[in-house]
Amino acid sequence: MIEVKNLTKSFGKQVVFKDINFKIADGEFVSIVGRNGAGKTTLVKILMGLEKKTSGEIVMGHKNQIGYVPQFRNIDLDYPLNIEQFMRLNLKFTLNPQKRRHDSEEVERILQQTNLSEIRDRPLGLASGGEKQKAYLAQALVNRPEILILDESTASLDVDVKIQLMDLVSELNKKHGLTVLFITHDSELTKRYTKRALLFENKSVESIDVNQIAEDMFE
Amino acid sequence: MFEYEFMREAFIASTFIAITAGIVGVFVVSRNMSFLSHTLSEIGFAGAAFGILVGISPLAGMILFTLISSIAVGSLSTESSRREASISAISSLFIGLGILFLSLSSESSSYATNILFGSIVGISAKEVTQLMFLAIFVIVVFIISYKPLTFDSFDHIGAQASGLNTRLLSVVFLITLALSVSIGAQIVGSLLVFVLLTLPGATARYLVHSVPKLLMISVGLSLAGVWLGLYLAFVTNWPVTFFISAFEVIAYFLGLSYKNWKLSH
Ligand SMILES: Nc1ncnc2c1ncn2[C@@H]1O[C@H](COP(=O)(O)OP(=O)(O)O)[C@@H](O)[C@H]1O
Ligand SMILES: [Mg+2]
Repeated sequence: MIEVKNLTKSFGKQVVFKDINFKIADGEFVSIVGRNGAGKTTLVKILMGLEKKTSGEIVMGHKNQIGYVPQFRNIDLDYPLNIEQFMRLNLKFTLNPQKRRHDSEEVERILQQTNLSEIRDRPLGLASGGEKQKAYLAQALVNRPEILILDESTASLDVDVKIQLMDLVSELNKKHGLTVLFITHDSELTKRYTKRALLFENKSVESIDVNQIAEDMFE
Repeated sequence: MFEYEFMREAFIASTFIAITAGIVGVFVVSRNMSFLSHTLSEIGFAGAAFGILVGISPLAGMILFTLISSIAVGSLSTESSRREASISAISSLFIGLGILFLSLSSESSSYATNILFGSIVGISAKEVTQLMFLAIFVIVVFIISYKPLTFDSFDHIGAQASGLNTRLLSVVFLITLALSVSIGAQIVGSLLVFVLLTLPGATARYLVHSVPKLLMISVGLSLAGVWLGLYLAFVTNWPVTFFISAFEVIAYFLGLSYKNWKLSH
């Protein structure tokens, strides 16, 4: 479970959000929505310990097992590593042969699950937008996280590719009980995959039913 | 050629230099630091000239200057574009300083040529030992930090997202880069040491797609370049740096053509 109590974050004088409160249950698949600059990415960074909170409290069950797929990645056309090697970057170093075998099995399983097996040897720079997002997801999964945070991973993807990616995430959520925080601007996807959304608005956060989300709410 | 003591020493020194440069180069290229390594070699030139002027060795002067500058760079803002502009301003200052130091010192100008263009005859047995230890130090640092350094170098944002201390890794890397520039310059010269520190690593990217393979190809190309360069320099009496840079540049363009050919098939 993630519980946020009276959390406030400001950068200098600029207050991003003030005294926000919410809970996310284990195994929940929740959307996080709000306009650009509302503080969604900042919240995630605080949860991950990558950014300091200004005040407030965060209670979390499994602090170390968050898989985070960041909003921006700089993989250009010349990027040399292939998809499997890119995934493996996130594995912890170990000399223990048993752990290494276990890691390899895990990589294998995730490659299958994300439908990347056949293109595992392809340089990531040459992969399509959807394949790249799947590779980012796959990399975040190799450490067996219990919480997965997707920061606008479906932005700029074609509709059918979005659905493919989200179906996969949904399956991980249902079968493996993975808690998913899905940051998005896509009201259709929130309705299709989640029941509840945390709406960032006017420096605060409100938990709403996805059916309350209007088309132009985060423009 | 190995009947000559100086050739044996040059050979041993070059071998260690090439292995270090080949390894470091893979990371220089993936961290987009080709430009910085070029600047560091210019700063190294000033350091070597300073070393001559105050009577410590050129190598020590070089290490002093490159270490201080790389730590300064590491503690500057992480905004890389801003970094490049200020770095190029600083590098012209250092070239000027290097020229000043050389003209102030009483040593002959052949010293200056050695620093700038490299030399295979200038290296003493004591210096070979120093270079070996420095090279081994760099290699050991790489082995220890291999896993996090690879993550950070090949996916900086992902490494940050996974909670790695990327700041510390950056400082560690810059220190090894400073040392590599300093030891590489002893054979290739500070004018062209960045050739060894960037081209083999860049060429490898056109050929293979995993980190261990990148390292193998980069070290291989680097070794082939210096060995061939030493041999040809010995036979022809032309400068070793010419042969090394010619070899690495040709390998680079062959690699690039191979990649383009593969893309179109
Ligand atoms: N490191 C930072 N320094 C200063 N301001 C920041 C920093 N990171 C984010 N901000 C500001 O905080 C606000 C929230 O940003 P962000 O969390 O990225 O929004 P979102 O992800 O909801 O689009 C924005 O106004 C942004 O400019
Ligand atoms: Mg954001």
